[in-house]
Amino acid sequence: MLNYIGHRVLQLIPLLIAITIITFITIKLPPGDFLTTYIQQLKLSGNAVSQSQILSLQHLYGLDQPAYMQYLDWMKNILTKGDLGYSFGWNEPVSQVIGERLGLTMLISILTLIFVWVVSIPIGIYSATHQYSILDYIITFIGFIGLAVPGFLLALVLVYVVFVHTGVAITGLFSGHYQDAVWSMGKFLNMMSRIWLPVIIIGMSGTAGLIRVMRGMLLDELQKQYVITARAKGVKERKLLFKYPVRMAINPLISTIGWTLPAIISGEAIVSIVLNLPTTGPILLKALMTQDMYLAGSFVLILSVLTVIGTLLSDILLAWVDPRIRFGGVQE
Amino acid sequence: MNVVLNRKALPVETDQQVVYEVASQWQLMWWKFKKHKMALIAAIVLLIMYLMAGFCEFISPDVPQQRFTEYVYAPPQPIHFADKNGFSLRPFVYDMKEKIDTKTFQNHFFEDTSKKYPIYFFVKGETYKFWGLFNTDIHLFGLKDPNKPLFLMGTDQLGRDLFSRALYGGRISLSFGFIGIFLTLFFGLILGGISGYFGGVVDTIVQRMIDLLISIPTIPLWMALAAALPRDWSAVKIYFGMIIILSALGWTGLARVVRGMLLSLREEDFTVAARLAGASDWRIITKHLLPSMASYIIVSLTLAIPGTILGETALSFLGLGLQPPVVSWGVLLQDAQNLETLAFHSWLLWPAAFIVVTVLMFNFLGDGLRDAADPYK
Amino acid sequence: MKENDNVLLEVKGLKTHFHIKDGTLKAVDGVDLVIKERKTLGIVGESGSGKSVTSQSILRIVPPPGKVEGEILLRRRKTGKNEELVDLGKLESQGKEMRDIRGGEIAMIFQEPMKAFSPIHTIGNQIMEAILLHNTRDVKEAKEIALDTLRKVGMSNPEQRLNEYPHQLSGGMRQRAMIAMALSSNPSILIADEPTTALDVTVQAQVLQLINDLKEKIGMSVIFITHDLGVIAEMSDEVAVMYLGKVVEYTDVDTLFHGALHPYTIALLQSIPSVGKRNERLESVEGTVPTPINLPKGCGFYSRCKRAKDGVCNVYDVPLVEIGENHYVRCLLVGN
Repeated sequence: MLNYIGHRVLQLIPLLIAITIITFITIKLPPGDFLTTYIQQLKLSGNAVSQSQILSLQHLYGLDQPAYMQYLDWMKNILTKGDLGYSFGWNEPVSQVIGERLGLTMLISILTLIFVWVVSIPIGIYSATHQYSILDYIITFIGFIGLAVPGFLLALVLVYVVFVHTGVAITGLFSGHYQDAVWSMGKFLNMMSRIWLPVIIIGMSGTAGLIRVMRGMLLDELQKQYVITARAKGVKERKLLFKYPVRMAINPLISTIGWTLPAIISGEAIVSIVLNLPTTGPILLKALMTQDMYLAGSFVLILSVLTVIGTLLSDILLAWVDPRIRFGGVQE
Repeated sequence: MNVVLNRKALPVETDQQVVYEVASQWQLMWWKFKKHKMALIAAIVLLIMYLMAGFCEFISPDVPQQRFTEYVYAPPQPIHFADKNGFSLRPFVYDMKEKIDTKTFQNHFFEDTSKKYPIYFFVKGETYKFWGLFNTDIHLFGLKDPNKPLFLMGTDQLGRDLFSRALYGGRISLSFGFIGIFLTLFFGLILGGISGYFGGVVDTIVQRMIDLLISIPTIPLWMALAAALPRDWSAVKIYFGMIIILSALGWTGLARVVRGMLLSLREEDFTVAARLAGASDWRIITKHLLPSMASYIIVSLTLAIPGTILGETALSFLGLGLQPPVVSWGVLLQDAQNLETLAFHSWLLWPAAFIVVTVLMFNFLGDGLRDAADPYK
Repeated sequence: MKENDNVLLEVKGLKTHFHIKDGTLKAVDGVDLVIKERKTLGIVGESGSGKSVTSQSILRIVPPPGKVEGEILLRRRKTGKNEELVDLGKLESQGKEMRDIRGGEIAMIFQEPMKAFSPIHTIGNQIMEAILLHNTRDVKEAKEIALDTLRKVGMSNPEQRLNEYPHQLSGGMRQRAMIAMALSSNPSILIADEPTTALDVTVQAQVLQLINDLKEKIGMSVIFITHDLGVIAEMSDEVAVMYLGKVVEYTDVDTLFHGALHPYTIALLQSIPSVGKRNERLESVEGTVPTPINLPKGCGFYSRCKRAKDGVCNVYDVPLVEIGENHYVRCLLVGN
């Protein structure tokens, strides 16, 4: 088991390196850099910038170095000092800008993952064992909606509907004075009461997909011989449902975390923009628009690393749960 | 199964059975597909939508840039068939008058029943270029006087007819999906193909690449790439740039399917037999392996199209990628971003309905194709 | 049916019909069977004859939309009071009494042991599950019984096997484990549904030998379902030949092989390839088994029978008639 984990972690390292390189390249792609936008803005507001000022600004922000040097510097700082660089737009170190927002992103993502699982599995089981019932058709229909309506649209429509009927704008994560307040129990509870909306919206398509997968897998497993054997032994129907086919169907489901998690993180990015949540989405957008290099790059990098770690954890979980991977089979 | 009804020396196969047994793979798929009612409906709906997109200039009563300055944020006009004079076969609309609500300072439009505008077909309206090829001014339907209001879906902030803009937007959004899959097909087939067929080091490299690409969350990556498109590029360049971004990352799904299929087909007896008979690799791939995979590839592609369309919509909605004056459904939804605006002008959400229907239809179609292609059902 | 042997299970007029949208699928359509103490009844037939559904019906594990009708009279084991005669057809299939019997007094083993075991639970877990349901509540005692049963079936290293997963065992060992699982509750009747079809010939011989040995040791009856006439010859005391959901011939094994009367049975026996006969065409039964749905009137074998008489065989329902001593045949052209 430890072997397996070690093996997987080692495989990760080149992957992570590749991610950092790709991230950096992507961020550097737009022509010009932060400075050109900045200087543009200065010019528009009537302040001329002299050549020497430009040079010193370039040196200050490290933009006079060749690209690969900037990359290496950035990596060095991250790995040795945990310093993600400097945000030109906010005039603060990146870690400060990201800080709280990243935590909230992770919180929402994990809550959404839990939501998706807690909702999909029972519904999937019900759907498979009560095929062709009315509820099954309703569930299938809602599933299709979840599949077809993208997160941000759902957010838009929901916010609109609620606003029109109650006059309350359900954007943002905190209501009223809690927004800028220091963390307290009250703030936490307030957040919890409002966080369910983004969680449901982001989780909709994941839920729809997982229900279908669960239903399909369970239907397959229910036909299999070992289920009949258990029944022939006299095991109670409900007990044998959960002990055998459901357990079997869950295994491949665990491996779906590998792509559910990136989808959730990705969906969160855009839904948070629509709902104006204090998480990574809105900042990422702004950073990209203004070419705030280190800020944007750090975001993409961290989100990717989170995804990779999530996938690793799900693989480990799968190996732990499935004895066929843990103890290899007898060669016949 | 044969249900043998007549007693003969040997059970005779009915004509229907014989036809069934000699039908080609595609015929079998078609018959199975026909049974799937939802998929058939989806196929028809999609066909209609693409036709509308293809003929959008002809079908729209107005051109997208046209501004009706007197009718800013006008609501959709109901079409009537009857008034106090009686029933008329020809539909008509009433003129709209603006009134300012003194309490909310909002403009409201009311139907002015004194002015009636019948709708005619094949009317002359604003001139446009049909697919940029030739000029014409004939529209499918409209009013005799093109300056009078005919807004099936209302107007936007600049008084532009949303219905016409939605149709033009459809052309962009729908074509994205359709053209995009060619790139996906290309990369997916080639990379998945060599990965699955040759295995070994090549396989490992391609697999690592795929792992890499799916580890980066899609939307942030798309956002970053879309932001990288230079603002000063022409609309056409941006269009193709966007297609490349959206579909060049989407090939991973197809590549995996292709690879998986090749890995199993490679070991099948018929492949070994072909090789023993002296067939070259190329011949084996094209004549033996590809036809077995063709149906799965088609299903994969069909299900990939909505992803591309949604991606374009999302990015345009955020203001990345396609910029005005290019019209796509995502760009149209930008106007709906503001909650206050949306609250009073709900018709701005119409493009969303188009998007949802499109994605839903593609999903049904893909499901139907998948069921039809599955030989074990 | 003869009364001097003790009858353990009597099936009368068993019908298992599936009402589907194309019609009614009559998988089992009027089957009578008798299982006697310490005797093996072989049920032989092609795919689609209804032999598996028969065993499922006895255990009441027929999947919906199947409906079971008829009498399934089981003489239950003595538990201190007098022997009880229970009609399994009348019991609730999910009820406590049926579940007690299922896996307890009547146990079943299946064709492919790899598929019959859950891959994610240990052998021990699955065997002890049966024991805990039918023998004892005590886990320690259950483990002892499990080990004991594994030894009885000739499994090497039983303690180790208990903690292993099915994929860690070889094919023959898995089949032994399955037999152990079925026998752990000391059933009076063992239903073996094609248990050797998927095995190598040498392993097949071992398993058949094992079943016979255990039958003697434990004193149980066996219902052996197969399409292999050779295995029938080796294992059975009495044989029922099934076709399209009905028993077409029922007699003891010697009479079957030397004095079969039903055209279907004769055809089956003739189609066994024999090493002795050279340069002769292989006999086969023409056509395939029809699907038992919306069947025409008369004998089910009419369409493939060489002796069939038009006007007779395809008109009247054919009853099962006692032709000789303990020899029953369902054919209008046999006897008179």
